[in-house]
Amino acid sequence: MNINDFKSNDGIAWCPGCGDFGILNALKKALVALGRPPKDVLLVSGIGQAAKLPHYIKCNCFNGLHGRAIPPAVAAKIVNPNLTVLVTTGDGDCYGEGGNHFIHNIRRNVDITVIVHNNQVYGLTKGQASPTTDLGYETKVQTKGVIIEPIHPLEIAISLGCGFVARGYVANSEHLSWLISEGIKHKGFSLIDVLQPCVTYNKKNTYEWYTKRVYKVNDDPLYNPQDKVLAYQKAAEWGDKIPIGIIYRSDKETYEERSGIDKWTPLAEANIENVDIAGVFKDFM
Amino acid sequence: MNEFTIKIAGEAGQGMQTIGAALCRIFKKAGYNIFANQDYMSRVRGGNNFFQLRVADSQIFSLRKKSDIVIALDKQSVAIHKANLNEGGIIVLDKKKFDIPEDDKTFFDVPLYELAVSVGGSDIFISTVSCGVIAGINRLEFAYLEEAIKDIFAGKGDESIKKNVSAARAGYDFAKNKPGKEKNKPKASSAKNTLLIDGNEAIALGAIRAGCKFYSAYPMTPSTSIMNTIAHYAGRFNIVVEQAEDEIAAINMALGASYGGSRSMTATSGGGFALMVEGLSLAGMTETPVVIVDAQRPAPATGFPTRTEQSDLDFLIHAGHGEFARVVYTPGTIEDAFYLTIKAFNIAEEYQIPVLIMTDQHLADSIRDIEAFDLNKVKIQRHIISRSESKKITGYKRYQFTESGVSPRAIPSWIEDVIYVDSDEHNEEGHITEEADIRIKMVEKRFYKKMNALAREIEQPAAYNLVKAKTILLGFGSTYGAIKEVCETSNENIGFVHLSQVWPFPTQEITRLLNGKKNIITVENNAAGQLARLLMRETGIKVSGSVLRFDGRPFDLDYLNAQLSKRDI
Repeated sequence: MNINDFKSNDGIAWCPGCGDFGILNALKKALVALGRPPKDVLLVSGIGQAAKLPHYIKCNCFNGLHGRAIPPAVAAKIVNPNLTVLVTTGDGDCYGEGGNHFIHNIRRNVDITVIVHNNQVYGLTKGQASPTTDLGYETKVQTKGVIIEPIHPLEIAISLGCGFVARGYVANSEHLSWLISEGIKHKGFSLIDVLQPCVTYNKKNTYEWYTKRVYKVNDDPLYNPQDKVLAYQKAAEWGDKIPIGIIYRSDKETYEERSGIDKWTPLAEANIENVDIAGVFKDFM
Repeated sequence: MNEFTIKIAGEAGQGMQTIGAALCRIFKKAGYNIFANQDYMSRVRGGNNFFQLRVADSQIFSLRKKSDIVIALDKQSVAIHKANLNEGGIIVLDKKKFDIPEDDKTFFDVPLYELAVSVGGSDIFISTVSCGVIAGINRLEFAYLEEAIKDIFAGKGDESIKKNVSAARAGYDFAKNKPGKEKNKPKASSAKNTLLIDGNEAIALGAIRAGCKFYSAYPMTPSTSIMNTIAHYAGRFNIVVEQAEDEIAAINMALGASYGGSRSMTATSGGGFALMVEGLSLAGMTETPVVIVDAQRPAPATGFPTRTEQSDLDFLIHAGHGEFARVVYTPGTIEDAFYLTIKAFNIAEEYQIPVLIMTDQHLADSIRDIEAFDLNKVKIQRHIISRSESKKITGYKRYQFTESGVSPRAIPSWIEDVIYVDSDEHNEEGHITEEADIRIKMVEKRFYKKMNALAREIEQPAAYNLVKAKTILLGFGSTYGAIKEVCETSNENIGFVHLSQVWPFPTQEITRLLNGKKNIITVENNAAGQLARLLMRETGIKVSGSVLRFDGRPFDLDYLNAQLSKRDI
């Protein structure tokens, strides 16, 4: 496997300088490092700039509805476990429109990796606040500044017992690539929230703004990502210092293990032509 | 035809369903035919619910309005159901328990409570005592009762079976020893290996036979027992049944499973289907097969959650933004529900479209005794690129233009290439495009070509006595039984046409059957006469009237006859 194996010929519709490019490159590097061929990788996305990513990499792609990336992703993984399944989604798609699926699929814990392109603003609809936009930030809709609390995705994920909770930053490409490959390797639902400047609409949370603030939490030998209370405190840190890295991890049984389907022939391969239900009739006699 | 109707009435939680289900088995064992359903309120305790059981010595397809025997399990049921008693009908009640001192010629006083406590040690045995009373009144052989109890309590241990048999015996002996209350002469058993099954169970078995491997849904009355039934057999047939966080998740999961390579399904009622509509459109755009059941209930909004209506007809035909091919089946019988579910899976996969099965609470919950489904009639063929062929596939185009409009469908990770699927308009490779020429070809592929092909797959309407009839009743879905029985028991002036597929509309066949007919009356469980309007739109044929019922109750034989007798037919 090398990076060219993942090359797509589709024209890219992102703005020059968009943080999405950094995620695309980091993802390709992670897949090369893991040696997963394109035919065994499925990227599922909803709507938004992040959701276009699957077209810019050679992989299987299911580009569905706004906010609805996670449900088809978990179902495809359940029936076709040969696939490495990733979701590329945005802060609006995942935490706003699809918030319910985000919450309940952490609980479900199917083995997928969710990469959230979190630029703290709406791009495709041109500059409105997203669920992660900082308080006070003014837009054409939030004319007096955002007055509702931003969502705290990492804290939510930790509180729901998500087994892999990470935050990356697009300008730290190697680090982000490492987070993505660790997320893929983790068995169960993995969340990687990626700080990603929107060069067109977000005039506050710029490359400069993030670069000044981020620090790698896992560089601290005393930081134990398996300590839930510590992880929760770390996840809540936002302002002058913003931690990136693996904030929380814990191994827990996956949906596949709990349901026992990991021992079944993959459902997609099941022979369905001669399902014999004659034996069931006696239950109705 | 020798027949009678039994109602078991009481508060929610008093076990009417249990007694009713047991009586269905007992009468079936005694060789009778059965049509039964439950009338229940949207609550866990209290209110007034009843289970209704029509018993006859030949095949029946609908209910009656009045009863011959009522078992009142609470005081208020006595007054409620006395009003709808046939001449000579009786009400089984516990006068002491209900504190009813007066007598009435309809009353059959049975100390249900005392019998239950003295024989079983607890009033929970009232259900079994009641079954005994009914069997005693009808002079059935006790052996049928004993057999049914052994079946029902098979998993509960010998002690439980023994107590229940004693409780049944107590009720049976009490009733049998009361002269003058017997209802029917015992019937020699001609019981065959028939099934006692309801519409939802038939759909569930159809789905299992059709190879459904992934079922995602949010519980919603009256669709929920489809999920319960598939879940019951999921371990045996390796099926994943996942209770989704909402109906939006349910349909999007079903689509993901289908993309991943499995046949998948979801079921809901109108409100849940409303949430699924964007996903339906996604299935149309991405050409992803999926089967969706709408078990209708009265609406708008929450409506009557536990009752019946056929008001989603227009909605299902048109649901989803944009134009794409779909099929809508409207099974009229339990047999239809089974075979059409299998057809739904086959058609969905062959044409890569969403297929909808529209039922309602009446069909969903009604139980009939039917001949076991003929599994030799069922053919399942997958319409995907097989595992072995897949190994040779490179340069794959998911939306390759073809003569039929259907592109060969590959399963991800099986082929030596990748598969792009997109909700945006896309080119043959599945990548996003804004090209006008490609758009036109894609619309032709998804919509025109598939609709043309589907016109050759139509489940044709059933027709009865059209040559001699002066009046033709036209219906769809669950009204089949009442319409059929009305026609068969009337003079030769009435015939009927019944649709078990409403989309694509069987325009050619309906025109052939109905063109030039003077007096066509639609029979519909809705207020707008949606079928009459659909008929007009698709064929130009105008009906002379509609019998519309929208009180949340199903058509029964007597109700339909009464409505028709008010008209000049």
